[in-house]
Amino acid sequence: MTPPETLGGLKSPDHASRDHVSHTQHQPVFVADSEARRELDELIPRYPQKMAALLPALWILQRERGWVSDGGMAEVAKLLELTPAYVKGVVTFYTMYHQHPVGKYFIQVCTTSPCGICGAEEVARAFLRHTKAGDLGVTSPDGRFTVIEVECLGACGFATPVMINEDFIESVTPEKVPQLLAALA
Amino acid sequence: MGYPHQPHQRETTVLSRYFGVKDARTLDGWKKRGGYQALQKALDMAPADIVNAVKESGLRGRGGAGFPTGMKWSFMKPGDGKPHYLCCNADESEPGTFKDRELMRWTPHALVEGCAIGAYAIGAETAYIYIRGEFTEPLYWMNEAVKEAYAAGIIGKNAMGTGKRIDVHVHKGAGAYICGEETALMNSLEGRRGNPRIKPPFPAVSGVFGMPTTINNVETLIAVAPILMNGADWYKNMSLSNPKSTGTKLYSVCGNIERPGTYEVVMGFPFRDFLYDVCGGPLPGRKFKAVIPGGVSVPIQSMAEAEATLMDYEGFVAQDSMLGSGGVILIDDAQSMVAVIARIARFFAHESCAQCTQCREGTAWTTKILERIRDGQGTTEDLDTLLDIAEQMTGKTICVLSDSCATPVVSGIKKFRGEFEALIQGRRFHPVIAAVA
Repeated sequence: MTPPETLGGLKSPDHASRDHVSHTQHQPVFVADSEARRELDELIPRYPQKMAALLPALWILQRERGWVSDGGMAEVAKLLELTPAYVKGVVTFYTMYHQHPVGKYFIQVCTTSPCGICGAEEVARAFLRHTKAGDLGVTSPDGRFTVIEVECLGACGFATPVMINEDFIESVTPEKVPQLLAALA
Repeated sequence: MGYPHQPHQRETTVLSRYFGVKDARTLDGWKKRGGYQALQKALDMAPADIVNAVKESGLRGRGGAGFPTGMKWSFMKPGDGKPHYLCCNADESEPGTFKDRELMRWTPHALVEGCAIGAYAIGAETAYIYIRGEFTEPLYWMNEAVKEAYAAGIIGKNAMGTGKRIDVHVHKGAGAYICGEETALMNSLEGRRGNPRIKPPFPAVSGVFGMPTTINNVETLIAVAPILMNGADWYKNMSLSNPKSTGTKLYSVCGNIERPGTYEVVMGFPFRDFLYDVCGGPLPGRKFKAVIPGGVSVPIQSMAEAEATLMDYEGFVAQDSMLGSGGVILIDDAQSMVAVIARIARFFAHESCAQCTQCREGTAWTTKILERIRDGQGTTEDLDTLLDIAEQMTGKTICVLSDSCATPVVSGIKKFRGEFEALIQGRRFHPVIAAVA
C-alpha cells in the first residue's frame, strides 16, 4: 500500500479511483535511497528553479512505471512543490509521456512527408499487420505491441525510421518488419 | 561528408569530417583530432574578442532564421549583475532536417566545446543543450561526452584549469515540434508547457528563468571552434557567392533521391550540381518534380527555380524559397503534390500548440480541405478558401508555426495549381501516400 503522504493532493479513495485506466494505485518511484531519487536529487541543482526538473522527473517516472499515471504526477508534483493539476497540464502538452499504459513494445513509425514519400505508411501498415494490434494506438491483444504513427523522428535520410521503445532503427522497409519483431523477446 | 555514403570530392568537410568515425566520439579520440584546442584558446581571449572574431567571420545562425551569430552574442551585456544562460537548440524537428543528429552522435565533444566557448563568450556560466526526446542515440553520446568532459576538468568549476566556471547540461525534451522555437524551448526548459512567448522581451533581455539568454543551433555553435582556430578570413573566404553568406553549410538530403544523407558544401555552391552530381540525382527511371530546400516550412521550389539556385541565404531567397535549416526534400514525378502538401499540413495541425486561434483553426482546416482535395472530394472554391486561410495565418500569430503551414500551401498552389485542379475536376492522381487503415 502507498503511504498517503506520497500521494500529494490525491488522498481520498474517490481520487484514487480516477486513476481510471489501470485502477491500480501508484507505487511511489522516488522513495528514499532509490536510484530514481538519487538521479532526481542530482538533477535539481542543475537549474536555478526546482520546476525545471519537471520534464526529467517525468522521464524517470515513465521509465520506472511504463507510463505517467495521475498518482505518479501527484508524486512528482509534491517533490517539486507544484500542484498535480499543473503537472498534468505539462504532461498533456508533450506527446512522449504515455498517459495510459501501452504495450511492452511501443512502436513509433515516422510517416511525416519526407518519409511518407518514401513509403512510410506501408511500413506502419506492416507493423499493424504483423503485431495484430488492429489499429494505430491500440495495444495488441497479447499486450505486447502498441503501434503509432509519429510526426518526424528527425532521421529523414534514413526513411523509414522506427522507434521501438528506446531503440532507434533506421531504413525500415515493410519486408524487414517480421524480422524486427521476431528479434524482440 | 555525404554520410552515410563516401565523401564526395566536391564537398568541403569542416564540421562533418568525422562522421562515421567511432573513435572521434570519445574524449581521447576527439583530442587526438585537435579537439578542445579552440576552447583553450578561447579561454585565454577576452569574451569580447571572441564575439568580434565570430562577427568578423560572418557566421549566421544555422537553425533557420540566419541571424548573424556574432551580433546575437553582442546583445548580451557584460557586467549587468545577472546570470546569463546559453541554450543550445538541439530540438531538431523540422521535417527534412537531420544534420544536428549526425553532429551530435558522431562529434558530441565538438558540441560540448562549442557550448563552452559560446557560454564563455556571452558571460554565461551555464549552458543547456535541449535535445528532442526522440533522439536517443544523440542523447546517449552527448551525455557520455559531457560526463567525460567533466571528469577531465574541461568543463565544471575550474574549466581547463583557468578558474572559470562553465557548466554544460543535457536536457531531454518530450516530443513537441514547437519546442524548437526559441521561446517555447525556454518555457519547456523551465518545466512549462512549450508555448511560445510574445517578443519582446527578447531572450537577450529576459530569456530562460527570466535572465539574459542566447539560443544557438547545434551547427552554429560547432562552427565557432574552427573559426577561432583558422581565423575569420579563412571562414569568409570559403564562400563562392555572397559576402553575407560565409563558410560551409550542412544539408540533410532526403526524399526521392539516389543518395540521401548529410552533405557539407561551401556557401554559394550550385544547387543543380549538388542535386545531380553530389547527391546522385533522381532514383532510376524517375524525374525530380519539386524541391523543398530548407525543411517543410519554406516555399516549395519548382525544378527550374532549384536548378538556378546558388546555395546560400540570399541565393535561395532569389529563387523564391529559403535556406531554412538545410533540410532538402526531393519530390519526384511519382508523387502527388497535393498529397505531399496535405501531409505537411497534417504535420503542422498536429504540432500547433493551439495558443493562437489563427494557427489552431487554420492548420486544422487547411489539412481538412487539402485531404478532401487529395481524396477527390474537392470543390472549385477550395483553392481560394485555402489561399484565404493562408493569408489569415501569415504574420498574425505569436510564433511562425502558422506561417510555416501557410507557406508550402501557397507556394504549392502557385507552382502546381494544375495538379490541384485536376483532382478537383475528378481526374485522379495515383496517390502514393494513402491513409493507413
